[in-house]
Formats: sequence, C-alpha cells, structure tokens
Amino acid sequence: MDFSFTDEQQMLQDTTRRFVASRYSFDVRHAIAATAEGWSRDVWAQMADLGLLAINIREEDGGLDAGPVGTMLVAGALGEALSLEPFLASAVVATHVIGNLGSATQRAEWLPALGSGDLLAVLVTDEGDALHAAFEAREERGGWWLEGSLQGVYHAGVAGLLLVVARTGDGTGVFAVTPETPGVHVSSRGSVDGQRMADVVLDGVHIDVSARVGGEALGPVRDALDAGLAALCSDALGAMERILAATIAYTRSRVQFGTPIGSFQALQHRMAEMLIHMEQARSMSYLATAQCTNPDLPERREALCAAKALMGQAARYIGQQAVQLHGGMGMTDELDVSHAFKRLLAFELRYGTTDERLASYREHVVVA
Amino acid sequence: MDLDFSPDELAFRDEVRQFLATSLPAEIRDRMRRADESHVREDILAWQRLLHARGWGAPAWPADFGGTGWSKTQQYIFENECSLADAPMQLAFGVKMVAPVLMRYGSAEQQARFLPGIIEGKDWWCQGYSEPGSGSDLASLKMKAERDGDEYVLNGQKVWNTLGQFADWIFCLVRTDPTVKPQKGISFILVDMKSPGITVRPTRLLDGTFEVNEIWFDNVRVPAENLIGEENLGWTYAKFLLGHERTNIAGIGASKRGLQRLREVAARLARNGRNRLHDPVFATRVAQVEMELRALEITNLRVIFAEARNHAPGPEASMLKIRGTEILQRISELHVDLLGASALGLDADGDDEALQATRAYLNLRKLSIFGGSNEIQRNIIAHMILGL
Repeated sequence: MDFSFTDEQQMLQDTTRRFVASRYSFDVRHAIAATAEGWSRDVWAQMADLGLLAINIREEDGGLDAGPVGTMLVAGALGEALSLEPFLASAVVATHVIGNLGSATQRAEWLPALGSGDLLAVLVTDEGDALHAAFEAREERGGWWLEGSLQGVYHAGVAGLLLVVARTGDGTGVFAVTPETPGVHVSSRGSVDGQRMADVVLDGVHIDVSARVGGEALGPVRDALDAGLAALCSDALGAMERILAATIAYTRSRVQFGTPIGSFQALQHRMAEMLIHMEQARSMSYLATAQCTNPDLPERREALCAAKALMGQAARYIGQQAVQLHGGMGMTDELDVSHAFKRLLAFELRYGTTDERLASYREHVVVA
Repeated sequence: MDLDFSPDELAFRDEVRQFLATSLPAEIRDRMRRADESHVREDILAWQRLLHARGWGAPAWPADFGGTGWSKTQQYIFENECSLADAPMQLAFGVKMVAPVLMRYGSAEQQARFLPGIIEGKDWWCQGYSEPGSGSDLASLKMKAERDGDEYVLNGQKVWNTLGQFADWIFCLVRTDPTVKPQKGISFILVDMKSPGITVRPTRLLDGTFEVNEIWFDNVRVPAENLIGEENLGWTYAKFLLGHERTNIAGIGASKRGLQRLREVAARLARNGRNRLHDPVFATRVAQVEMELRALEITNLRVIFAEARNHAPGPEASMLKIRGTEILQRISELHVDLLGASALGLDADGDDEALQATRAYLNLRKLSIFGGSNEIQRNIIAHMILGL
C-alpha cells in the first residue's frame, strides 16, 4: 500500500499545474470558449511542448509512457482548470487505441503527430458502452464500406482522424477515416460544459483496406475507454476541488447579518459534507486509475462502475451545494462556479450515467 | 501509487487469520456472533489474555512498553481481521485510551502500576467524562476534585459511562479550578471503582440492554498520586487521548462483516422463497453501501498512510468517523428491512436472527452520537480542515 507518487509523476503534475496557473486563468478560458472553435490551438501546442500529449504513447513509439497514474495527475490539473482542449479524447483515448491496436506502420505514422499536437484523433464510439457499435463495416471491392451515425462525440469536429468503431462481419473493427472523405458528415455543436462535440454521420463511406486499424478491436477499444474513464474521473475530481475551494472562499468573504456566512453552522456542515464526498471521490479516482488496466475484466468492471457511480453522486452533491451556497452569484455565467457545475453535470452523464453504473455495479456485487 | 497490500502485509494478514482461526475460543466467538453480552467481562478479558500470550496484547503500543510495535497498517489489518472473525473488540478504555496517556504523561511509577494490568487482561477500565450538563461541551464539566492533604476529594456525577458496572478503575476528568477558563481548570485522575462513596446505576437503553451507567461520587477520597501529570492540565491530556482511539474509527472490518451476514440472512430467506436481493430497490441499497464502503476503505488507508509519514493523527479522522458510522448504521437498517415484520419481536425467545437485527439497529443509533457526535465532527472538519 503506497499513496505516494514517483518523482516523475510529481513533476508531471507540477508542470501541468504551473502551466494552467500561468496560462489558463478563468478569463483566458472564457475568451477561448467564445471563439468559433471553442478551444485553443495555441494552448494545445504549448501542452505538446510540455510533453503532455505524449504521456499515453509508449517509449518504443517515442512517447513518455506516464501510465494511468501520470494521466490521472495531468487530467486532474486540466479538470481543475476546466480546460476546453481535447486532451482526454485525443491524447488519452485515441492515442491508446492506436498504440494498442495499430500496426507498426500506423503507429509510426500517427503517434508522433499525436504527441506533437499536429494531429488530433477522436475515437467515434459510444463511450458509455464498448459493446455497442453505432456503425457497420462491410468488406467490399478491396475496401470497407461504413454506415451509421452517432451523436455527441466529444471533439469529433476538430479531429483530423476519426477512429470509427464499427461492427464487422465477425467482430469489431476500428477504421481510420478523415473528415474530408466523401460521405462523412461531422456537425459540431457545444456541450453544456463548454467543450465541443459533434454528430457524426457516415453515409456510404468507402475507405481503403489499409484504413482498418489493426485487427479485432473490441479489447483495445474497451481498454482505451477504461483508460478514458479513469482520466475523466480525475478530471471531475479536479473540478470538485475547484468548486469546493471557491465555495469556501466565497462563504468566508460574503458578509450578511454582519458576519461572513461561512460562520453559520448550517453552511459549515454542508461544506464538511462536500469535503467528505470529495475525499471519497478521490479514493475512487485512485481506484479507477489502479484498476483501469487490470487484466481481470470482471474485477476491473466492478471497480470502474463503483468509481464512476460514487463519483457521479459526489459530483452532483458538490456541484449543487456549491451553486446553492453561492446564492444568486452561483446562478451567473460570470463566476467559475457555474462552469465547474456544468462540467460536473457532463461528467455525471458521460461514460455511462451514475444510475447506469450503479445498476451495473449492483449486478456484479449483489445479484451475482 | 499502489492500492494493494504489500507481500509482507499480506503475509501478516495471513498470520493474524491463522491465529484467529486457531486461538479464538469457539464459545466466545459464538457469543460475539449472537451479540450475547451475558459474559462480556469474562470474554473480553479472556481474549485480552490470549492476545497477550501471543505477544499481541497491545497492537498500538511501542515495543518498549510491551506492545507489538506494529505499523499503523498492521494495526489496521489486525483490527479488520478480528472483526471479520467475530473476535471481541479489545476494551478501548484500557489499551487504547488511558494507556497512551499513561505512557506519554504518567510517571514511571504510574506506568509500572497500571500498564501491566491493562495488557495482561486483569483490569477493566472505564471512562468518566460526560456529565448531565456537559456532553458535547465537555469542558464545562463540574465534578469537583478538591485537594485535602495527600488526597483529592471527588464530588459529582458522571453519565454515559460505558460498561463501568464491570470496572476496576475509572479515568476521570474533574474540575480542580472553577475560577479560570473552563479548559484551564480540568485535571485527569485515576479512581479505584471500589472506593467508598461511588454509586453505579446502569441506564436501561432503548434495546433493553444495560451498556451505560450513571456514576455518583460522594466524597470519594483518591490518593493524590493517582493524578496524571500536572493539576489543571487534564484538558491537554484528554485531547491527546482523542487522537489515539482512532485507528479503527471507520469500523471497516465491522461493516464488511455486517454485509457478509446480511448476505447470509438473505440467502436463508431466498431458500424459503423470498430472495430480496432480486428486488432491485433493496439490491440497489445494498450496492450503494458496498460502494461507499469500498471508497471508505481506501480513504482510511490514505489517512493511515499520511499518518505513518509523520503527520500526527489529524482532523481527517472526523471524516472516517462520520462515514464509517453512517455505513454501519445503514447496514443495520438493511438488516431490519430485509427481515421485515419478523424483526419486530424483541423477546429473547423470538427468532434469534431477527432479535439481533432489531437490537443492533436500535443500539447502533449510538454510533453517530458517541465519541464526539457526528455534528461535532462536522464542526471539527469545518474549523480544522476548511478553516471556516
């Protein structure tokens, strides 16, 4: 049992925290959110310079291979900053899929570009359910025909490479599709948390046989989504830390009845409860990180479901109480509280909702 | 970061399991399983003697005082395994509460006189803290101790004294100076329960048991040599003590055992055609508790890890106390809800399982009240961690 981090992991966290503290103030984020793209390529390039986009690339592929713990620490700091950049989608999930599934040629072609930030890739699949394929792939005329549609794919609108998960005749495949390919329709829109997402429609898309990434993909897709879930949990923990700190600071400074409202016991106990929720959530974030690579799949799934469900409940409690304790100010767009609140809402609903995960956990531990 | 126990820690766990499997007397284990407190003094002291014979009489004491010298993690593993094996809890008032105070603030004579009786399972200790007007606001306590030559004369009343009806000794907080700030006029004194002038009256509780007492002190004469440390510094010693009853404060092992037993009862009911675990409403409540317990176990290990790295036991224990007691209480709720109306009989000749479930549900209301109520724990979190 050891809850410490290695020097390298600590350095990665410090680097990310310093970066967002100096370059990603709330005002900067606000300005970035208002741009057409809704995220910053400049920030992305700086993240690449710091090596943050290569932490999920193995050393033999030229990456930093920081593993789940390193990813957890980076994702936590980015979550605390409410970052709008496609770190989770491209630098964690898509990078994972290519690293674990891609041929040597594909890895050599894409991984360096992903690490340098020149290429953005997004896995196009139902992130809540690895078994559900929204697309069909048929092998024909020396290539593949892809059909299907999926809504609300985070950051798919800016991806240079769409990694489409499709059901093949005999299993599951991942197919690399560029958005310019005829029949590919990607329409971007905003998500409630300020990030961008897109609806992806593939209408009779024909691609070369070489566009299939590796072979049977169900295992690597599931592994990548599990790594993504662990990172998302850490992202949410970062948002919880931010929103609780903001709430404590606000109730200490807001004076009513001649005294800071934070001196009232009713509010103090609410914040104590928020802290307990957050520390329980932190424990579960650690669990998700430790278990997301467990080769024992039922054990892994049980742990990840428990982590997501408990953290979803914590996110909802902490988010709602933070808005409540900020009073009218919590309702405004002006403060970071409402933005963190919305990021937590997205966390609760993404990657299998809190209820779905709890039901799934129940099937594992109670009914089984 | 590694959430699993190390090979050494796992080997230690197996050693503890082996010892419990071979050394815990079956009749004691069965009484603990039935929550049968008819032999509580004999059982707890007999188990203490067996632990002592194995060299494990005082898991948290330093080796210099005859303790095990175990790490915090080992202590945690030991207590969990004891809970899972239905072993009696060691009497906290001796090994976990008064002993650390003796070791830190007692004289060499006091240590030599009192510590052996604690670790060897000879003396039964109890605590005299709360008074009718002093519960959460403990520092307002009024029981007087007035110096008279080589003795103190004690007058007053203690309440909510746990298991004092079996006690040989009581450690008391007493008022030695009523003229100063309340915290500055309190002393910590050890009193022989056989002293003339002490009257113990057990308080009947909602589950029909007698677990706590009122104790009256009427001109009880106590040798001055029984005072711990300095007069009027008792509050300091009491606060020190509070930091030392907390390794098992979350009750992880007890909750795990409670959930195991809930499944046993559910399985028996299922054999009779009533499988409540197939009811999604009930099953979800079980899953909810399982999930929170899993998180709390990690939180507990995090606190232990931080403590072991030279952070003194801190206010984080308040979080463990709140969630740990809530979880234990909720498991007791699940037990009565599982049994349904059959849990209503409170007579000894009723269904044993149902009787136990009901008594436990009633009795465990205490968890969020004693040891600093959960509201006081939230105050501590607000002040000490959140800085409010």
